[in-house]
Amino acid sequence: MKIYINGNIKEFIGKKITPAELIIKLNLNGKRFAIERNGEIIPKENFGGIDFNDGDKIEIIGAVGGG
Amino acid sequence: MADKIPNTNDNLIIAGRSFTSRLLIGTGKYNSFKETRSAIDASQSEIVTVAIRRINLGQNPDDPSLLEFLPSEEFTYLPNTAGCYSSDDAIRTLRLARELLDGHNLVKLEVLGDPETLYPNVVETINAAKILIKEGFDVMVYTSDDPIIAKQLEDIGCCAIMPLASLIGSGMGILNPWNLEIIIDKANVPIIVDAGVGTASDATIAMELGCDGVLMNTAIALADNPILMASAMKKAVESGREAFIAGRMDKKLYTASPSSPIKGLIK
Repeated sequence: MKIYINGNIKEFIGKKITPAELIIKLNLNGKRFAIERNGEIIPKENFGGIDFNDGDKIEIIGAVGGG
Repeated sequence: MADKIPNTNDNLIIAGRSFTSRLLIGTGKYNSFKETRSAIDASQSEIVTVAIRRINLGQNPDDPSLLEFLPSEEFTYLPNTAGCYSSDDAIRTLRLARELLDGHNLVKLEVLGDPETLYPNVVETINAAKILIKEGFDVMVYTSDDPIIAKQLEDIGCCAIMPLASLIGSGMGILNPWNLEIIIDKANVPIIVDAGVGTASDATIAMELGCDGVLMNTAIALADNPILMASAMKKAVESGREAFIAGRMDKKLYTASPSSPIKGLIK
């Protein structure tokens, strides 16, 4: 399946992936971030309980320097 | 025995939170996180703005992040909506920020109108503020120095109004002290000058006018020596505040008044 992550297409084996699994694949374990799917925020407590599916648009955001 | 300098016990209160420092600092444009941290330490600021952006997926997992250099135990984060040109984008950004920062609801709303001047779009700003306040955010709002808009933003429920001194990152200083004075005079929430400060005297002037605080980024980050400038800004804000509370003498146009006694001159 293909999903969009921060505007880029990423391909994964299988038909679905949980946010928790995605975080591990992206090496983001222990980092501070928030996740949105198709414009809706996925609360941290749901990271294990939902699936991302083919075509989903995922945004993973963090804090950077700014004024 | 001489009188002591009065203890003004003069904290800045924003949405029920109390701060000793009246200098708010942006974290952009520094050469490194280490320099960012050193400048903030020199400024003794307690509130730091951060931007919300897509995470860099290619990064080394061991690379430190900004927030690791500025832990939440030591600083109050002020996530901003820099780069947003619509109320929808700003609202989306701050909802994500609240999720990112574990429910932290104090935010800086700015909705820009034009990429060249970065001048605020006050219509979109007001629309966004209404929705964010309804959703439980404490909204500190960047706006123009229009006193009517400033009052409207207060009436909506913004917890601090942050008019520009001049354009973001311009370093042009305080271009319209008269408007700022009207805004300050009418306000019942903190007024914090945000954007345009170039050097220490600009910050002092803002505080002497009666502003409750000053928010700056570029004036420190792009100084030749950011850490020394951060220290200068701390003193500038403090001295402006003390001068405001002390109450300046009246100006006497065209009339001199000697400081030394006229009586007893040696003849």
